[in-house]
Amino acid sequence: MELFFMTLTTGIMVGGIYALVALGWVLIYKCSGVLNLAMGELTLFGAYVTIYFYAMGVPFVVSILFTLVIGIILGILVERIFLDKLIGEPILAVIMVTVGLSFFFKGLIEFIWGTDTRVFTPAIFSLKPFTVGFLKISTVYFWSFVLAIVLFLVFVAFFKYTRWGLSMQATADDETAALSLGVSARFVYAASWAIAFMAAGVGGALLGNINGVNISIGYLGLLVLPAVVLGGLNSVPGAVVGGITIGVLQNFAGTYLDAFFPGGVKEIFPFAFMAVFLLFMPYGFWGWVKIERM
Amino acid sequence: MGAAETILNINNIEVKYHEVILVLKGVSIEVPRGGIVALLGANGAGKSTTLKSISGLLKVEVGEVTDGAIEFEGVMIHKKTAVEIAKMGIIQVIEGRRVFEHLTVEENLKVGAHLRKTGSVKDGLELVYHYFPRLREKRSETAGFVSGGEQQMTVVGRALMTEPKLVLLDEPSMGLAPMLIHEIFNILMRLNKEEKISILLVEQNVKLALNVAPYAYVMETGRIVMDDVSEKLKENEDIKDFYLGLSEKGKTKSFAEVKHYKRRKRWLT
Repeated sequence: MELFFMTLTTGIMVGGIYALVALGWVLIYKCSGVLNLAMGELTLFGAYVTIYFYAMGVPFVVSILFTLVIGIILGILVERIFLDKLIGEPILAVIMVTVGLSFFFKGLIEFIWGTDTRVFTPAIFSLKPFTVGFLKISTVYFWSFVLAIVLFLVFVAFFKYTRWGLSMQATADDETAALSLGVSARFVYAASWAIAFMAAGVGGALLGNINGVNISIGYLGLLVLPAVVLGGLNSVPGAVVGGITIGVLQNFAGTYLDAFFPGGVKEIFPFAFMAVFLLFMPYGFWGWVKIERM
Repeated sequence: MGAAETILNINNIEVKYHEVILVLKGVSIEVPRGGIVALLGANGAGKSTTLKSISGLLKVEVGEVTDGAIEFEGVMIHKKTAVEIAKMGIIQVIEGRRVFEHLTVEENLKVGAHLRKTGSVKDGLELVYHYFPRLREKRSETAGFVSGGEQQMTVVGRALMTEPKLVLLDEPSMGLAPMLIHEIFNILMRLNKEEKISILLVEQNVKLALNVAPYAYVMETGRIVMDDVSEKLKENEDIKDFYLGLSEKGKTKSFAEVKHYKRRKRWLT
């Protein structure tokens, strides 16, 4: 029973990080209808940028801030250089460009930082787990979860309460009507990519903090795809539920199924689950079905 | 058009879609500052295209003003982007009540406040609720689910939030009950008088439009075929015949007797 609850809490906490990355995904999909398949590499990029600054002696929180800033810049650059010219082209073309971007980023990262696994030294959080009741909770997981959720809430508040956030939602709903009010779609796209880069970057930094930074973080970033599909591609609350569900499922698969299917079932299980899930709920839990007044 | 200062001057524009489809073939319209001008015509005459060429939304549909000029407060605007034009104070209310369905009514209005330079968002909301008290009751409801009339009020209110100088209204009466149409048009006339907003109104409901706007233009297949003060247009035999559905004797006419293509032909020469 203890194992069960341990797996559950670990799952929830990793799921929090997935939720943050999923938010980036949802934002881009919501605002421009593009499924960004480069998300995994963005996560990876964030992890490397953070560890790069941290290794130079910059405090962890400040490194995260740097990662956020670099995320904004990169997001806007990518949007301006690659995607701006594709506005009005078929969505599939844009999705293919994001696949290209994912290769590009992966290559760039290997080129700059190599492929060795790096760890945050000195370790940021104490390696000793703390105990709540009978549960042992890893300090790293706990703080990563807290940080991910806080950032998630900040992004959601931005989206919900600022005029920029509202303009983004408006564009997602009806681009032409938003344009008629002077809301620039180009600005909205750039902003959504900037936020996606920030969310993915911090997500990557947190994941790297747990497992060490190497190319495999990119695959963890891609695990967010089932999370997003589960919650509904354009639903922000769906990102949280999807992220945590996938985190939990993944850890349960690792704990209980690994004995039967040794090696890698942890990574595959979320995708298998997604495939089956889509048969029954193609919009996910909260995906938009168009509002139709009778 | 009298001595009133002109706010918008469309001078003989030609519009093409996809560089080949000629939609407007020389349209000229003047809107006086603080005035209401109606633009009438059948389906496909080019009324909406005219509005889109003013607001710049034409470019979204791969259309372009290929000849002529559009001048707003002395500035040429037909080469500017939709965002720049909106910032100058021209707001188009698109046909078909395009609310942001998943936002609440109040959030819809707040998106309009995005361009606001003077005054707070709160003042803007108060102003909208002053003219549309119904929206205050519905403020926190999802815009996709409120009634058609309330959606129309929301999109007009949203335009009002931008502090516009000129509003281009595309068929605000479409699909609404007569009572509601009446209510909305009364509010539009008040906005014109009290807030000094100039209006260019596209309407299929000719009788209503001629009552609201003192001056009107009639469009057919991409051209302006007639323009005059509304009082005179109401007396015009052709207008009565084609748009008001009245024959010379004031009876409802029989469509079997219509030979309108000949008379239309005369307008075009």
